[in-house]
Order: sequence, then C-alpha cells, then structure tokens
Amino acid sequence: MRIPLAALIGLFFTGLFFAMAIFAPLIAPYGMAEVVGDVWEPPSDQFLLGTDSIGRDLLSRIIYGGQTTIFIATAATALSFIIGSVLGFFAAVSGGWVDQSISRFVDLIMSIPTLIFALVVLSVMPTTITILIVLMGLLDSTRVYRLARAVAVDITVMDYVEAARLRGEKIGWIIFRETLPNALSPLVAEIGLRFIFAVLFVSTLSFLGLGVQPPQADWGGIVKENKEGINYGISAALYPAYAIAVLCISINLVADWVLNRTTSLKGGRG
Amino acid sequence: MHPILTLVAQRLALGFLLLFAASILIFVGTAILPGDVAQSILGQSATPEALANLRAELGVDQPAITRYFSWLGGVLQGDLGTALTNGRDIAESLSSRLGNTLFLAFWAALIAVPLAITLGLLAVRYKDRWPDKLISAITLTTISIPEFMIGYLLIFFLSIQLPLLIGGMEFLPDGLRSWLLSNLRFSSVALMNDSMTLIEKIKSITLPIMVLTLVVLAHMMRMTRAAILNVMQSAYIETAELKGLGMLKIIRKHAFPNAIAPIVNVVMLNLAYLVVGVVVVEVVFAYPGMGQYLVDHVSKRDVPVVQACGLIFAAVYIGLNLIADIVSILANPRLRHPK
Repeated sequence: MRIPLAALIGLFFTGLFFAMAIFAPLIAPYGMAEVVGDVWEPPSDQFLLGTDSIGRDLLSRIIYGGQTTIFIATAATALSFIIGSVLGFFAAVSGGWVDQSISRFVDLIMSIPTLIFALVVLSVMPTTITILIVLMGLLDSTRVYRLARAVAVDITVMDYVEAARLRGEKIGWIIFRETLPNALSPLVAEIGLRFIFAVLFVSTLSFLGLGVQPPQADWGGIVKENKEGINYGISAALYPAYAIAVLCISINLVADWVLNRTTSLKGGRG
Repeated sequence: MHPILTLVAQRLALGFLLLFAASILIFVGTAILPGDVAQSILGQSATPEALANLRAELGVDQPAITRYFSWLGGVLQGDLGTALTNGRDIAESLSSRLGNTLFLAFWAALIAVPLAITLGLLAVRYKDRWPDKLISAITLTTISIPEFMIGYLLIFFLSIQLPLLIGGMEFLPDGLRSWLLSNLRFSSVALMNDSMTLIEKIKSITLPIMVLTLVVLAHMMRMTRAAILNVMQSAYIETAELKGLGMLKIIRKHAFPNAIAPIVNVVMLNLAYLVVGVVVVEVVFAYPGMGQYLVDHVSKRDVPVVQACGLIFAAVYIGLNLIADIVSILANPRLRHPK
C-alpha cells in the first residue's frame, strides 16, 4: 500500500502535535503559568517565541495550550461519536416511530446554530472543562447521528441483517456485530472533520472568555491574553493561529486520504 | 391547489413549528438546567435576601410552564423583557445593534456571494487543473483557522505591518507614499455611529467584511463547485452534448435551470452561517452589534438578554434555511411542471 505524500505530511504533523500534547511537561522549557521574564519580550535564545502579556514563556504556553485544546477536542469528539453513532444505528435498526422521534429531535437541535446554543447554555452553567466537553460532545453528536443513521439505513436492508433478524438476534447484536463493522470506514473519515470542528469550537469559546479559564493555557485563550500586543506589532497572539492551521490542515489531509481509500475499496469512482 | 403551493405552505408551517420548538429549547436551556440560576448569577457570596429578591425578579418561584408562556407572550408583542445587569429594555438596546449586525452581514454577503459563485464556476471550468487546485488549497487553509484568528492575522498584517511597509518604501515618490498611507488604512476597530456617512461606515468595517468574506467564501465555493459538477455530470447534459447542441445552449437550456436550485441553496445556507460568524467577528473588531451584545451578557450571566439574542439568532437562521428550502422547491423544474 502506497501512502500519498500529502497524507504522509498530514500523518507526520498530526503525530507530532499529539506527541507534543502527551509529553508537554517534558518538552516545555518552562512551567505553564510560570512568570519568567518581562512583558512581551522578543524571541531570543532564552525564550524561543518570546514572552506573553505577563512575562510567561510563550513557547511553553503554546505547548501546554495544545495539550488542553487537543485533550478537550479529543474527548468531545469521542463522546460525540459514541452518542451519535449508537443513537444513529439504533434509530436505523429500529425504524418506525423510534427513528422518527430521534431524527426530528436532532433536526430541532440543528435548527439552532451550534455556537448560539452553546452560548445560551454557558450563560447558566459554570465553565469547567468537563462541562465544555459534555456540551460540545452532545451538540456535535447530532452531525454524527445523521451520518451514522444514513450509513446504517443502507446496511440494514442487506440480506445478512435480515438473516440475523430472522434467527432472532437481539437489537444489540444487530447494531454491534452486523451494522457497526460495515459502517466503520465512512465514520473513521468523519472523525477527522469532527475533531477539527471541535478544535476550532473550543478555541472560539476560550477566545470569547467562555471556554478554558485562565491561568490554564489553551490556544484560544492565548490569543485573548495577547491580542492587545497586536496593535504594537507584537505577533505573540498569532502563533496559536499557525498551530491550529497546521494541525487542522494535517488532519484534513489524512481524512481526505482515508475517505478516498475507502471509496476506492467500495469500487466507487474515488 | 397547485402542488407547489401545497409544498410551500407545508414548508412555511414547518418553519414556524420549528421556531416555536426552538424557543422552547432556548428557554429550557437557560431555565430548567440543574443549578440555581440566581446563585450562579450572583455568585457564592450572595446574601440570602439578594438571592430571594433576584428569584422573585426572575420569576423562578413560579412553575416553568407559566414562565415560558409569559415570556413567549411578551416576545410575540415585541417585549423582550429587561436586562438584569442594567435594567434597560432589551428590545430598545437590541434594535440599533440588530441593524448594525445586518448592515455588516449585508455588505459581506454582497461581496462574498458573487465572488464565491464566480470562483466556483472557475473551479469547475478548470477542474483538476491549477486554478481548481489553487482554489481548493486556499479553501483548505481558510476552513482550518478559526474566524477570530483570521481577524487578528488581517489586523496584524494589514492595519499594523502594511503602513510600516509602505512607510519604508524609500524608492516611491513622497506624494504617492502619503496617498497610499492615507488611503490604504484599515481600521482595527470598527467604529459605528449615526453621524457617519455611508462611505465612512463601509471604510470602518472593511476588515470585518474581509474576514467574513474569507470565512464563507471557502464553504460557498466548495459547495457551488460540487453542485455544478453534479449537474454537469448528469445524463441529460451528456445527451444534449451528443445531439450536438452548442455549449451556451446547453448551459442556458439544460444546466442553468437545474443548477439554480442547488446554488441558491448553497448561498442561503452560507448566509445562515455568516449570521453566526458575525458573533465572533464583532467581538474581534469591537463592533457594536448583536453578537458582541450577546457575548457580553453571557459572561455577565444576564439570562433574559441571552434568551432574547438566542431567539433572534435562531429565528434568522431558521428563516434563511426556510428560504433556501422554498427557493429550491420553486426553482425545481420537475416540481414546477408536474406530470
């Protein structure tokens, strides 16, 4: 199997970011909230990216921030996939009023823009990391639900599912043993896109001051903390933007490759 | 009744039903969530008297259904309640801000829509050649950066670095340099007041318009490209080609009537997306619109304001999606000429 160059680059950077997130305390030259220098010092040998608005090492902040952002996005994506795909398969396998009522409820949630819905809920909830993950996971599961249901509806009319029904298998068996293995490839490609969405979303919430709370570092929050510097030509707030762009583009490249590979497996036109 | 009218009427009814259900959802989201709203507004150190007062003011002592219907009744009569934080009438504070938000969205749409459709057509025309690839590369980049970061990148490079760059160009004649400096000025704060002329207003929101354009352009281009490719690859276009029709005639008689519905759909969906993108962009540029008002009051935990703004955003979003649906019904040749 030959992996195309674009996908290789994507895989490399995705791996690099995840490794950086996991080993953040080992890589970061300084502590996450440690004040080590003057305000907005320019990049030097001591501080590779300079310092931030209160004199913390910016590179360390970005490494730790990546850890927070990637952790929240990963957890939210996992949650949305568990909820969305189980409900989607359940609706497709059950059919009838179960399918109708879940689908209409999902339509309703999707009729309100995700950001607006999140803001409404966050106006009465404390902004802890757990709540952020649950909220993002629930809101994003609607999109996974639609995909999972659409894929599963095609599968449930297959003969082998019919055979399983006829020999009296329970609904759990039909979902996990008959439907899930056959629906996996399109869902895997979707994971990448949902993860990107989660990264952008949690950064946006933190930037608005409604996500990760200081002194905890995260990419959106770093922009918020350093945005005043931009007016003096200090680019501290821009580094998280580059980090997010590189991460998201890499994952996109990998997801594209997975998607193309699975469509060619199915004999599609690719 | 003509089948098209029935379909449109059904869609309209569905839209209103959806809006009604969304209002319940927004209300439930803020009112019946676990936790004491009064406590979370005032914080842990609040005195019991203050809590009781606020509860009475919010009406939390009444059952949720009663509160919902009195809120909805007020909304239907244009009464959005009063803000907790400053006691001002919400409808009054909102009206000018809603106007500002729509003003910004309007200009962004005016630039983004024709540009996206043109670029989408170009991508189809030069499919798999360099213009198509360049367009997809730019698309990939803009959808990989959050809106607010695009905003700060533009502020950094256009309103801070560009004047420095122009100022440093010694080889340009002084007159040209000062002309460039005074005309290529991008304000990093989008001021807006009634005494400004239209031109001044547009100049002041140049950067926000650019950010919003970049954000929706990518999606709109991608979707336009897909929609047109879908039509161009269908069997009736091939038939038309094979029977020897000219390219223009194929486009006019066969491709265009079938492509118009998906394109309008794409435009409407992206306008709905734009309405949400506005929230973040307004915060970046300190633009006095609805989005900034909403975000401000979310952090102040001012529930009535959040409910009102949430409902208006949801209504605009549902409305635009509804228009998209109706236009695609009206534009579909198969539905317009039933057998």
